[in-house]
Amino acid sequence: MIALTDTERKQYSNIWVVAEVLSGKIQPVTQELIGAAKELADARKSEVWTVVVGSGISEQAETLFAFGADAVLVVDDPGLARFNDELEANVLIRLIRKYKPEVVICGATSRGRALIPRVAVTLDCGLTADCTGLSIDPENGDLLQTRPAFGGNIMATIRCSNHRPQMATVRPRVMKAPDADPQRTGRIIRETVIGPDRENIKKIIDVFYNTESVVNLADAQIIISGGRGMKGPDGFKLLKRFASLVGGAVGASRAAVDSGWIPYAHQIGQTGQTVQTKIYIACGISGQIQHLVGMQSCDRIIAIDKDPNTPMMQMADLSIAGDVFEIVPEIIRQIPKL
Amino acid sequence: MKIVVCIKQVPAANDAKIDPETKRIIREGQKAVLNPFDTYALEEGVRLKSLLGGEVIALTMGPPKAEAVLREAISVGADRAILLSDRGFGGSDTWATSYALSKAIEKIGDVNLVICGKQAVDGDTAQVGPGIAAHLSLQQATYVMAIQDVTTESITVQRMHEEGYDICELHLPAVITVLKDINVPRVPTLKGRLASQKCDIPVWKPADIGAEPDKIGLDGSPTRVVRTQPPPARNTKSIRIEGTPQECAQALVKDLRLRSIL
Repeated sequence: MIALTDTERKQYSNIWVVAEVLSGKIQPVTQELIGAAKELADARKSEVWTVVVGSGISEQAETLFAFGADAVLVVDDPGLARFNDELEANVLIRLIRKYKPEVVICGATSRGRALIPRVAVTLDCGLTADCTGLSIDPENGDLLQTRPAFGGNIMATIRCSNHRPQMATVRPRVMKAPDADPQRTGRIIRETVIGPDRENIKKIIDVFYNTESVVNLADAQIIISGGRGMKGPDGFKLLKRFASLVGGAVGASRAAVDSGWIPYAHQIGQTGQTVQTKIYIACGISGQIQHLVGMQSCDRIIAIDKDPNTPMMQMADLSIAGDVFEIVPEIIRQIPKL
Repeated sequence: MKIVVCIKQVPAANDAKIDPETKRIIREGQKAVLNPFDTYALEEGVRLKSLLGGEVIALTMGPPKAEAVLREAISVGADRAILLSDRGFGGSDTWATSYALSKAIEKIGDVNLVICGKQAVDGDTAQVGPGIAAHLSLQQATYVMAIQDVTTESITVQRMHEEGYDICELHLPAVITVLKDINVPRVPTLKGRLASQKCDIPVWKPADIGAEPDKIGLDGSPTRVVRTQPPPARNTKSIRIEGTPQECAQALVKDLRLRSIL
């Protein structure tokens, strides 16, 4: 691939955040990314721009200044109400070609991980998935991107010196959202969807999002997770009660999912989701390696199991040796007393 | 229906052993296996073929020993397999990998559907599927949990998101990436095993697929790994609680309060 010349590279400036929009609402990961982008922009003496693509999102776009956005690029169109990779990628590609950002970051969500590779490939750019750390190389101003590989067993630092923009996805809850400063203001730049953007796109027929009661695994602060030791669907009812009391999400090992005790959407591990929450409580999960690689990056791991010698009990920061069916109901009894 | 299933050979997961110092997983002496998500991609390809007729072609890029996963693909029902293998492909990142695979798909010709697993469990990027779609300017659906309908013209799929799912209709040819939930992979039959041993697997080089030398391997990769390091050690001061259920529960509730969860 032909590297950009120095002159070409210098045409690129500013740090862009692609906002995560779900059902017409800007999601919290956007603010976290703006916080990370602000640090990069300070190091580069440039600006933070946020791109908000969706339908009916113009008013919310202005709330992003408080978190550190200097400019917000708004593309508000009824045709963007539902997530369509091709359409959003086409819009982003056009905007990136027009404004030439130096860095583009996006949430490593199901949408971000579908959308951004398409953009990066089309623009001949490097892309690093699921970054947990972003910084600027003081020597040459390149973006240094740190990410876990091999299920979190290696941290790799990646750069992309010869191409612009440098692109990365970042998992929700990894970066801290800055405190809002309501005094801060910025510029709104409006763009419209144009003809070629709409070419060769699929039809989104229907959406089934449960945005009220369910806390999703990627966005949760705490996950209560169960394995074979939960013995059946009733065991998971217990964990759901526990989770609802602490505002958490329910996870599961592959064994529990394959036994039909809980749907696949809850599976954590190699063939499920990778999570990185503040607290992970493993109930009756022995800790097969395929499960551990999906959750070993959580800040605090708590395990409850009868068998004190399982890999999960060894890895845990707090391990409780005992019967989950005695301990979890007792926890549920104790919580409301607080 | 001509279906290409892109697969990858990855290091196998071993029994879990935890380093008592760092509380991290110890990895050692790994065998190479078929990427777990790709077993579902293969099964879905074979299943669609049984509904609509046609052909399933397994495609991988890797060192010569990656041929093993192609033989495995044939044992579960792929009709033929192609290995992209050459020093020139070495060091490819996801841009260059998806470029090489897309050139091979073009060379195969008249492909209606490309199926990949959600991601490979070594790199975990999930970028190659959408990358192939971008190189070939095709429609894409990632995280597919079910195929609702398929004709020679279109495919209707359910895509899983963090908050639920959506249903979309793609015009073929298209690229989909699939999750574990989509099917239960079959085990190889004796006939399948025999076929997998006997078949010839062609090896394609960059020139065979018309790949431009500066778009493959390290030269074709915009990203560079600067360094790798072990992850920071987990909290090594682990606490073990044993006692009555009340005492155990108390310890946990106290722990959650300390961390402002309660």
